[in-house]
Parts: sequence; C-alpha cells; structure tokens
Amino acid sequence: MIEVLRAGLLTTVQDLGRPGYRHLGVATGGALDALSLEVGNRLVGNRSDAAGLEITFGPVALRFPRATRIAITGTDFGATLGGRPVWSWWSLPVAAGEELVLNGAKRGMRAYVCVAGGIDVLPMLGSRSTDLAAGFGGLAGRALKDGDRLAIGASFAPGRERAALDPAAPAFGVKAPVWCNFALFDEPHHRRGRHADGVAWAVPVRVLRGPEYDSFTPEAQRAFWSDEWQLTPNSNRMGFRLTGTPLVRTNAQDLLSHAVLPGTIQVPPNGQPIVLMSDAQTTGGYPKIGSVIRADLWKLAQVRLTGGVRFVESTPATARAALQEERAYLRQIDAAIAMHDERYASQRLRAAANA
Amino acid sequence: MPNSEPRIFPLGDEALVCEAPPPATLEVQRRVWAVAALAHGWAPVREVVPGMNNLTITFDPLAADAAALAGALRSAWRDAEDAPEAGSEVEIPVVYGGPDGPDLEAVAGHCGMAPADVAARHAAGVYTVFFLGFQPGFAYLGGLEPALHTPRRREPRLSVPAGSVGIGGEQTGIYPASSPGGWQLIGRTALKLFDPARNPPTLLMPGDRVRFTIAELHA
Repeated sequence: MIEVLRAGLLTTVQDLGRPGYRHLGVATGGALDALSLEVGNRLVGNRSDAAGLEITFGPVALRFPRATRIAITGTDFGATLGGRPVWSWWSLPVAAGEELVLNGAKRGMRAYVCVAGGIDVLPMLGSRSTDLAAGFGGLAGRALKDGDRLAIGASFAPGRERAALDPAAPAFGVKAPVWCNFALFDEPHHRRGRHADGVAWAVPVRVLRGPEYDSFTPEAQRAFWSDEWQLTPNSNRMGFRLTGTPLVRTNAQDLLSHAVLPGTIQVPPNGQPIVLMSDAQTTGGYPKIGSVIRADLWKLAQVRLTGGVRFVESTPATARAALQEERAYLRQIDAAIAMHDERYASQRLRAAANA
Repeated sequence: MPNSEPRIFPLGDEALVCEAPPPATLEVQRRVWAVAALAHGWAPVREVVPGMNNLTITFDPLAADAAALAGALRSAWRDAEDAPEAGSEVEIPVVYGGPDGPDLEAVAGHCGMAPADVAARHAAGVYTVFFLGFQPGFAYLGGLEPALHTPRRREPRLSVPAGSVGIGGEQTGIYPASSPGGWQLIGRTALKLFDPARNPPTLLMPGDRVRFTIAELHA
C-alpha cells in the first residue's frame, strides 16, 4: 500500500492507456510521457502495462508502510527518500515506513513514480489510467487527494524477477533518455543557438504536415515552422494550447467531423494551434496543420507551462527511425538492468564464499 | 456516384484516413461502417474510428506497411458498395418536458407548435448513429425532421445533467455525462449511455437506429 500524505495539484494513476475504444468516443489516455513510465516500470521489475503515478506539481509526499522498490523517472523533482536526496532514473530500495517527497520540477513538467507490483486500482476497459475528463479509471476517475491509500498489485514481469530488484538490494541507475534537447542533430545549423544568454530555449518537436496544411497561407506556413510557440497555462492532459502568430487559412472551408489523435495539431478559428494529448476527444472538426511524431510526444509532455516549442518539419522515414531509436533505448535499459543483476549476483556469491 | 473513389491520406505517422467525396449521405456512411467492420480484423490495425463520411485507422508504424494498408482500404471500399444495413434498433424512453426538459417550451415556441407535439414528433422519428465522439458514448444522430430544427441556446448551460436529450441546430442527441452544453434540452432518459464497467461500454454503436419513446410528458 501507498499512503498519500500530500497529493500535489495534479497527481493521477496512469499506465500506457486503453487502446481499442476510440470509435466509441473513449480516449486512449495514459501517461503523457509514456517513455518515462516504461523505463520506471522496468526499474522495479514490472510488466510494461503496470500503472504508476504521474506527478505534475509538487510537493507530493508518499509513505510506504512496507519495504518495496520504487523508481522516479521523467523530470527531476528534487526528490528525497527518508530525508536523503535520491536520483531520478534509479531503482531505489525503500525501507518499511519510509517517506518519499517530490518537491518540484526545475526544468521539465512531469515525474513518474513506479512501485514494484504497480498501482492496483480496478482496470476499466483494460487500463488503470485515469480519464479525468470522462471521470473514470484510476482512483475513482479523479486526481489523488491527501489521505488517499493506493493498493500495490502483483504486475511483475515474468522473467524480470531479479535479485537486484529485491527491496533489500542496493540502488542503481540507468541512462535517462536524451530529453528536451534544445537542438536536433539533423537540423540546419542556423536554427541552433539563436538565443542570447539567459533566455529559455524552445524545445524542438518533429512534425509531419497535416491533411489541411496546404489550406494555410504561405505566411502561416512559414510562421508555423519558424516561430517559437508558447505553451499557455490553459494546457492540460487533453490538449496543449499554444500561442503565437495567428495561423490564417486561404480556404476556410468547413470540414466534416473526423477522427483526431494524440499529436494532432488543430487550428481553431482564432488561429492559435492546439496539440491534442492523451485525454483529447476522439473526433474533431478543426483543420489539422500537422501532427507531432509519436516518438516526440513525450518530449512535448515535458515542456513547462509558458515554455517554448518549435516545430521541425519531419518525414515518415524519420518518424519511423525515431521510434526505432526509442525501442533500441529501451532494449539498452533492459540490458543494463540484466548486467547489473549479474554483477549483483556474483558479488553476493563471492560474499557468501568469503563468509 | 457509388463508384466514386475515396481519398486516402496519412494523419501523422500512425494513421490513415479514408474519406469519401461529399455529400455526406446515409448510403456513404453505410459503406464507412462496412469498411470499418473489415478493418477491425486487419492484424496491424489498432483502432478504426468512423467519422462523418470518413474513417480513420491507426496502426503500429513499426509493424505495419502503410502503403499496403492504403491498398487494403481502397479495395475494402470497392467491395463495400451496396453494404447492407448494419447495427441494431435501440429504444430510448424519454421523460419530455418539466425539470428534465427545461427548454421544451422554448423549442415549441420556436417551431410554432405545442410542447406535446414537439415530443410526439421527436419520438416519431428514426435516427441513425453516424458515429461517436466528443465524449465517451456521445452519438452523432442523423434524421431530425426540419420542422424541429432549433438554434442552440444563446447562453450555454454550465452543467447539463447526464441523460439529457437535446436539440442543437439540425441535430438531436443525448448527453452521456454531465457536462457544459448549449443544446436545447427537451427531455431526459434514465438509460446509461456510457458505463465503463460494461463491455461494450456504450449503449449506442455506429450504425444503430434509435427510436425515442415518450415515458412521461410534462407539458
């Protein structure tokens, strides 16, 4: 069990979402930074569909009455465990009764806490994710409140029962993904280093042209790729509302309702784009100027409110390669955990032989 | 007209849209549902989402060949010509007027008929679920007779109770969950339009035909 001493402003139970119901108007939902959740679950030996906590605003304080293992991934929240500072992207042993405090994010936006066995709320339509808009899933369809208690499940991955992930085994870390780089390697040079000192950099996310891209004016198309778009405080798990040069269409023809997806960038009549996120509605009618590629959605999820975003034009081949890189990174994490486990096992053998 | 080719184009890196040329008709929509039913069975396909005159399939971009899927959509569209009527008939009992339908009088005033006639004519129609969206279980219904078309309220309500039956312009529909809304509320049903503990979780599916019945009338 986990006791929620301080819930913070927006902490929800999330897993990788509930695919298969979009035709009934049900959003897929799930962690906005799904890559962080995937690594967190690996660091505690969980199945990849185990649920963790998505933390948006600190401070959050959690108490673990029984010894277990946890991992904090996503952005650094200046966490302490039992009063000692602890690293993100580490697999951490927790003693019975210890308290985890996540203070606040300095750079990114979201942290994930995974616990061995996963958060055990009742799965709804195949997922434990909280759908705040529809009010179901997770813990009673709502964000956590002070005093909540969360059951811990048995979502261990078969074959991932490793001695190095026992509650008694020492802490160890893995490589964080290269997140929120402020330049892309394959970007033209003049796009980098535009800022004078002290000005926040805009996070580049790769975008494919949308079906209605050509209906925007040449000026709008130019502004779309060259502006720095600011994430407004009006952004949430359903959509990131951006502000910048109003994007005007040459042909303002109405569209019939059609499916929209996380990553879809729609432009309502005020010309200010909205990037749809995990909990967005499943159909829409606004023109779509582009789509953030799947592999960059988690980077966007880490952009802070009022932070900057740049759209970098991409191709289907690049989008595929980026997803392949992401899979390769996860395989590296698996390999690192396996190596650590072997080293730990041989250390224990040696210690036993010397005893 | 039935042979007009659809336009197939990508939406992001993990979806394809198949869009029929306008106008949107029930005949085209039947074809959309028929293609959707086929596409549900294709191995790399994750979601099949019908829209108005179009459908979108999503897939794992690392497992699927988008060009092959586009070809499959094209031939499925060809094969789905003259698709038979799909879906089931769903009866929805409605309490018209009174506190459950606070705008029944206003709609009656706009349409120039008695509140009881609005209820009777609304309940006489057969409505088709073109697709679902906006909220879990929210059905876009076609078939409201023009005499009942009524503009939305000038002031949207901050909270419309779940199960409310409304008219918004040329459309009628049922709010599955309590939410803000601008439609004219003429009644309310006790049926649950969305229940995540049920499978399928929605009362209505694309292609279903809906009949409203008058459970009570307060006019």
